Amino acid sequence: MSTTPSPHVVGDKEYKLSQQLKDKITDLSAQYPEKNSVIIPALHLIQDEFGWVPPAAMRQMAQLLNIASNTVFGVASFYTMFNNKPVGRYHIQICRNIACSLNGSKELLEHIMKKLGIQIGEVSNDGKFSVSTVECLGACGSAPVMMVNDVYYENLTEKKVDQIIKSLE
Amino acid sequence: MMQIEVNNKKIQAEPGEMILTALKRAGIHVPTLCYLEKLPPAGRCRICVVEVEGRKDLVTACSTPVQENMKIKTHSPRVLNTRKKILELLLSNHPDDCLYCVRNGQCDLRQLADEMYIRTRDLPRNVKKGEIDTSSLSIVREPSKCILCGRCVRVCAEIQTVNAIEIMQRGSLAYVGIEDDKGMGESWCINCGQCVVVCPTGALAEKSHVEMVKDALGDPKKYVVVQHAPSISVTLAEEFGFPVGTDVDCLMVAAFRAMGFDRVFDTSFSADLTIMEEGSELVHRLLHGGKLPMMTSCSPGWVKFVEQFYPELTENVSTCKSPQQMMGAIIKSFFSERENIKPEDIFSVSIMPCTAKKFEANRPEMGRNGVSDVDAVLTTRELAELIRLYGIDFKSLKPEEADDPFGQRTTAGKIFGASGGVMEAALRSGYFLVTGKELEDLSIEPVRGLEGIREAKIKVNDLELHVAVTSGLGNARKLMDQVRAGRKDLHFIEIMTCPGGCIAGGGQPRNADFEKFKARAQSLYTIDKNEEIRVSHKNPSIIRLYDEFLGKPLGEKSHKLLHTHYKKRELYN
Repeated sequence: MSTTPSPHVVGDKEYKLSQQLKDKITDLSAQYPEKNSVIIPALHLIQDEFGWVPPAAMRQMAQLLNIASNTVFGVASFYTMFNNKPVGRYHIQICRNIACSLNGSKELLEHIMKKLGIQIGEVSNDGKFSVSTVECLGACGSAPVMMVNDVYYENLTEKKVDQIIKSLE
Repeated sequence: MMQIEVNNKKIQAEPGEMILTALKRAGIHVPTLCYLEKLPPAGRCRICVVEVEGRKDLVTACSTPVQENMKIKTHSPRVLNTRKKILELLLSNHPDDCLYCVRNGQCDLRQLADEMYIRTRDLPRNVKKGEIDTSSLSIVREPSKCILCGRCVRVCAEIQTVNAIEIMQRGSLAYVGIEDDKGMGESWCINCGQCVVVCPTGALAEKSHVEMVKDALGDPKKYVVVQHAPSISVTLAEEFGFPVGTDVDCLMVAAFRAMGFDRVFDTSFSADLTIMEEGSELVHRLLHGGKLPMMTSCSPGWVKFVEQFYPELTENVSTCKSPQQMMGAIIKSFFSERENIKPEDIFSVSIMPCTAKKFEANRPEMGRNGVSDVDAVLTTRELAELIRLYGIDFKSLKPEEADDPFGQRTTAGKIFGASGGVMEAALRSGYFLVTGKELEDLSIEPVRGLEGIREAKIKVNDLELHVAVTSGLGNARKLMDQVRAGRKDLHFIEIMTCPGGCIAGGGQPRNADFEKFKARAQSLYTIDKNEEIRVSHKNPSIIRLYDEFLGKPLGEKSHKLLHTHYKKRELYN
């Protein structure tokens, strides 16, 4: 697993859970009967903070909850929604399921990769963009669809994608 | 009870039980791979599918509850075809280098391929890759041979509560791994080897010391001595076709001599020695305000477990070395001096029911002047391999006795092999140490048994001694949580790493179920019942060893040779 610092992190700052984040995770654990149930919501909090789920942060979370770090790593690597590698400031996820594919998502993906000069799973040199495919985003009626961080973009065309990318600063 | 119909025959079933349980009871065989006795069903591997009338799809026998009047077909054409297809898929990425595999001849997967009558390769091959992980001192992982049944992960997490390994990724990318793709040697693994026992293929095995022992036996400059743990004589039999629980002690001694070992010693002797030291330590702690409850230290998986998960309780663990290490230490001190053989010329082998013993023998504190006390550790399974390697016809051997000065044992040392045995032996001698009298009834039934947490109270003069016994680290964790939370009434706790104790250890013959564990343990208690000397302090060889060499329990020499210390281990780093 890569330990290259995420573009979210300035300099060599370590992936330390802030006290605020620790408190949030502790609060969460009060809401569940079992500590293992806290793993997924806590991973979301960590990903919100760092853009991905860094191993060091996962270990701190496991320690905080007094559970096995292996279990946390297992969960984080099972779900594709968790980024196990650093991503760009803008992480583009393009749907690859049937409705989007029929409406040209594959060509759009090629276009984006060419435009940004990166492949799936890579981060652009300036740390700004990364791209991945994703399973159904649940918006087949407006295929093809992609997400940039938490925002949906629908009924995409190459021109529309160019505009979106240009607007991201 | 209710009735179900299997293959047109009525059989009995209990409400709520799974189809597989009812089938097993009725003696109807259905293959399984991911199934584990005493754990909830996983339903992962699908090889146990059966046909149920009225159900569109085949169902897994392991995870489908029985229903009144259910009609089941276990070997219909559809079932057989499906099972075969499932197995073919498993085989399609399996590296079938069976000739060179550690499980050659004893592989569940290969046996299943035979049972399913696989004779052709109908699917394209896409053999799994993966580097062999040799980072652990006890266990070797060969990921390419893994079929993802998940048994190792479940035993580790659900029975031992260690979580050293986990299924990472998913779907076609899934693999059994460790966080950050670390090696087993850098993981939380406590080396118990329960994963090795349940693995159906060669993906997990003990780190073999067979070659090392073979080389030592062939080296004329080496004086090769062997010790065998209390449980070995009642489990080795299974490897050579004897009924489960047969005691082959004297045949095993003969086999050692036939292979060229120079001396054959019995670890049950040093178990007696452990009792002398540990019993005295307990009395000392009780009288001088030492840390209580005292906990046993014989089981090296448990010792690492405490060091990792309960570092604040390491002072509660007895400072006594395990019987293996006590024997190792006196072989390379007392014995070496007496026989005038340099410690570095002695090659000390131990036969253990255990993979963690390999780790223990390698602990840096286990030796003196750069010479380790135990040079090689073979599991029961490896001993069988060695015996076969030397072409010994085990069944035709004539019984022989172990050697002086460490060959004589009492039955107190022998019962160390079952959960509760150390406690029982310690109570027998501890009672004598304090009162000067023998216990009226030497059999202490409340501490016997293979399951759960057992507690007992024994009156010793004015003190009511409160003891607890358990095995399996999930149980140990429950007890430790109580102690950590402030439970104060216990004086002495025995913990064995493997559920049931050494007779069910990670180095024992595979394919044993709970019934076999019971038979193995029963064999030890039968020995205990039938022999005359049942208390460690009456072992003539032990008395002599203290007279001629050690002085007294907890004395200066004991302190140097027979006691040790522990370290707190960091997790989460």
